[in-house]
Amino acid sequence: MEIIMAIAAGVLVTCAVYLILSKSILRIIIGTGLLSHAAHLLVMVMGGLKTGDAPVIKDGVTAYTDPLPQALVLTAIVISFGVTAFFLVLAYRAYQELGTDNIEEMKGNDSYD
Amino acid sequence: MSLLHLAILLPLFASLFIPIIRRSLHRIHTGWFVLAVPVSLVLFFSRFVSEVAAGGVRMEKMPWIPSLGIDFTVYVDGLSLLFALLITGIGALVVLYSIYYLDKKESLHTFYVYLLLFMTAMLGVVLSDNMIVLYLFWEMTSISSFLLIGYWYQKERSRYGAQKSMLITVFGGLAMLGGISILSLLADTFSIREVIAASGAFKDEPFYIAALVLILLGAFTKSAQFPFHIWLPDAMEAPTPVSAYLHSATMVKAGLYLVARMSPVFADTPLWFYLVSGVGMITLLYGSVSAVRQTDLKAILAYSTVSQLGLIMSLLGVGSLSSEGQQDLALAATVAAIFHLMNHATFKGSLFMMAGIIDHETGTRDIRKLGGLAQVMPVSLTIALIGTLSMAGVPPFNGFLSKEMFLTALTDLMHGGVRDLRTYGTILLVLGVVASIFTFVYSLMLVKETFFGKRNELPKKAHEAPVGMLVSPLVLVTLVVLVGLFPNALAKPFIIPAVEAVALKTPKVDIYMWHGFNLELALTILIFGLGAFLVLTLRKWNRQAGAGLFNRIYDASLVYGERSSTGLHDAVMTGYMRSYLVYIFGFIVTIVLSTLWLMDGFSLPDRASDVTAYEMILLGVMLISAVAITFARSRLTSIVLLGVVGYSVALFFVLFRAPDLALTQLVIETVSVALFLLVFYHMPDISRKEERIKFKLGNAAISILVGATVTLVALSALAGREFASISSYYIKNVYDLAGGGNMVNVILVDFRGFDTLFEISVLAIAALGIYAMIKFRKTGGNPR
Amino acid sequence: MKHTNDVILETVTSVITFIIFLFAVHLFFAGHYTPGGGFVGGLMTSAALVLVLLAFDLKTLRTILPFDYKWITTLGLLISVLTASGALLFNVPFFTHAYDYFDLPLFGKTSLHTAMLFDLGVYLVVVGVTMTIIQTIGESD
Repeated sequence: MEIIMAIAAGVLVTCAVYLILSKSILRIIIGTGLLSHAAHLLVMVMGGLKTGDAPVIKDGVTAYTDPLPQALVLTAIVISFGVTAFFLVLAYRAYQELGTDNIEEMKGNDSYD
Repeated sequence: MSLLHLAILLPLFASLFIPIIRRSLHRIHTGWFVLAVPVSLVLFFSRFVSEVAAGGVRMEKMPWIPSLGIDFTVYVDGLSLLFALLITGIGALVVLYSIYYLDKKESLHTFYVYLLLFMTAMLGVVLSDNMIVLYLFWEMTSISSFLLIGYWYQKERSRYGAQKSMLITVFGGLAMLGGISILSLLADTFSIREVIAASGAFKDEPFYIAALVLILLGAFTKSAQFPFHIWLPDAMEAPTPVSAYLHSATMVKAGLYLVARMSPVFADTPLWFYLVSGVGMITLLYGSVSAVRQTDLKAILAYSTVSQLGLIMSLLGVGSLSSEGQQDLALAATVAAIFHLMNHATFKGSLFMMAGIIDHETGTRDIRKLGGLAQVMPVSLTIALIGTLSMAGVPPFNGFLSKEMFLTALTDLMHGGVRDLRTYGTILLVLGVVASIFTFVYSLMLVKETFFGKRNELPKKAHEAPVGMLVSPLVLVTLVVLVGLFPNALAKPFIIPAVEAVALKTPKVDIYMWHGFNLELALTILIFGLGAFLVLTLRKWNRQAGAGLFNRIYDASLVYGERSSTGLHDAVMTGYMRSYLVYIFGFIVTIVLSTLWLMDGFSLPDRASDVTAYEMILLGVMLISAVAITFARSRLTSIVLLGVVGYSVALFFVLFRAPDLALTQLVIETVSVALFLLVFYHMPDISRKEERIKFKLGNAAISILVGATVTLVALSALAGREFASISSYYIKNVYDLAGGGNMVNVILVDFRGFDTLFEISVLAIAALGIYAMIKFRKTGGNPR
Repeated sequence: MKHTNDVILETVTSVITFIIFLFAVHLFFAGHYTPGGGFVGGLMTSAALVLVLLAFDLKTLRTILPFDYKWITTLGLLISVLTASGALLFNVPFFTHAYDYFDLPLFGKTSLHTAMLFDLGVYLVVVGVTMTIIQTIGESD
């Protein structure tokens, strides 16, 4: 399962990077959302999967799944929510001010300063 | 922290009060307050003279970075004391002079702050025993010199000169840092004295020569040796007190100090001898020939300084000879070097001040415009005459004595040269004599063109300078005369201890004017004769100097450097986010894959958990939706598909026994989708008309590479566990130490609470950012 | 956003919101021993509020809960930092938590834990941040 999930995370990253490299700012944001999903899965996989019970203390259970990656991913999930929201609003405001959603057209011009 | 440390840092502390004094006591010239600093330091350092003359040294330690072996150790021996007295003594005279030279309307506080900064830096250079501390102070002198040259920063030439001196001396300083590092690695210490003590052991190490060359680069750039001399003439844009102080008497001698200080380490290496003496001699000749071709008083003096520094440098080179039969000769050369170093400070300092007076009183420094000032400025004439005659090597002034010693050293080298030094010695002697002729020529030219001949129209009506301005140069020329008459009075307190520090042997110092009829006398007569002839026929052969090859090289390299860096910048920093992303992804892939390959880091994990059917179904759903997003044409489809991926991930968390994650992911996905819908409602639909197939293929290639890299990393991380996971600690102690049952939650709020604290701070910042982006628009910063 | 008059949604929402909210509070308090905690609790609470927002509109939400969510965020951060630095008063390192068991009326034997207080801060921050974001975006046109 670990190998399969590692490959799956790789596929998710591939899709995410492809989206991020495109010109439409909407696709870029969706790409970052996808990238964070991939990262969360990746961290989980690297910690090892299903090595024991859920990390909640129960009498008679000795083997638990590694809780540390889970804690890290939990933090990451919430942070990525904040970042995605920020990104969304940034894109929205940029569209309002500049009238375009094409990242290439948003390129700054040195002659402005 | 001892009194000595405080003495070094006193100017720095004093500089803190200068702006306050300048503001609150603006009726009195700030210089009068500053004057107290060097005067008290002269008195302080002169207390050491008798102790050091008796052969004592003083050392005070102050730990600074003990873990790296870097201590602020102050070491007072003959050499450092001589320099400390020069720095503070000339410093006092220069500050006094500057009080009359600089008008109260100038920004005096910056001037004196820089000057005091320099004083601390220079004292630090000559008194530090630790090479790293020495280096720090060394760079501080470069910086303060930069600031002082650029004092009149409104002038384009000042900025040019400041930048030039900075670039060249800091380049040398960096080279020196390299040399110091190598040396400290070889000797396993940063202390100069310990390096000297250990120097016998590492002469054969391969990097020894590199250390030698790098340290010499630092010394040569600082002391304006050929071909790095080009910064010194441009440094003359500084106010004249600064030129007299930094660029003739003290800072440019830091290179000489370094060579003298390091001489015991490198002396018996032939390369050291050839480099120091050869470069010094070339500089001497080049500087004196160039000086003749200048028309600006300060430029003449600048080139003359370059040439005189070369003279001292070559003497130090000869002084480093140490094999059998050359030791007396070497010792005599070192004595001559130290003696000339002191003499040069006196006569060149007075000449610079004289040039400043003439500039101040007539409004020009161009010798083509000047002339016939003898009647109106008799005192200045006296100062100039004594200074120039001493510089030209005319008896009975001190310059004559050291010039004679210089010639003696060279003739001895030619005659008494053991091994194959005879030819080299002859070449040095010929070069030295030619250079001396030109020194004679420019010295006399300076006086002749300024004070004699026809009087021209001048920008200002010329008259004698105020008394206060004349005091400092008069003190210096008095020293010139006194030293010329009683040179041996300096021997015991100054020369012998200083030479002992350089050569580690006690010299016999007996300086007198009349040597009898010998080769040196003949050479002196030749110099005077030819020199006088050349001065009289000056107009016939002399031409004004152009920019010079090395200046052109410097300017061209600046222009080329700027142009190529602009070109590189324009080529790389396109302004398109996509290019930057490509760099980042490309870098990640290259670094990670090459490391995996080089270190043979890739391996497959040996353990694998079981695979169930619903896991496979879920996986299929997730991957298909993910791939489908890349082909989606409408924003709604993309959002829904992203939601599907998110919910699948949540279900995977369930399967992977992470209930907390699953819960969080489910809720967050819901809120996110709502958020996406809210925002995308206002945005246009995805348009992909302009994306061509080539563009898409390129992106696809990059993304597949990145994805593959990530997979490889994940697999290798699973397989190669170098250490046990720290989680076992959390699992074991979760109930006893933290009193909780849910490990993930306990890790979040207790074991790794810091992470969470910062995380919620980031969240709050993101929320504030969003609030600001939406609410604060172009309304002058107020919310709408 | 336009206010759509959807009776079924509104009726269901007014019931369901309370259930979700109660569940969120349960998640928060259960967090230390069973799955849950400040993050999930906070998000669940916000989800309940978002539901109200979707079913009714911003104005309604503001009448029901007249809070400035930025202040809730601030309050949460403050509670967390103060809890963490409170340890300094007892001469133990920053972030050292303490807990003990008490016999409380009605609840029986209960453990009181300073980590819970920290988690309360997290809860408030999450609610505050999510609602600030949603509200500002909702108000923006």
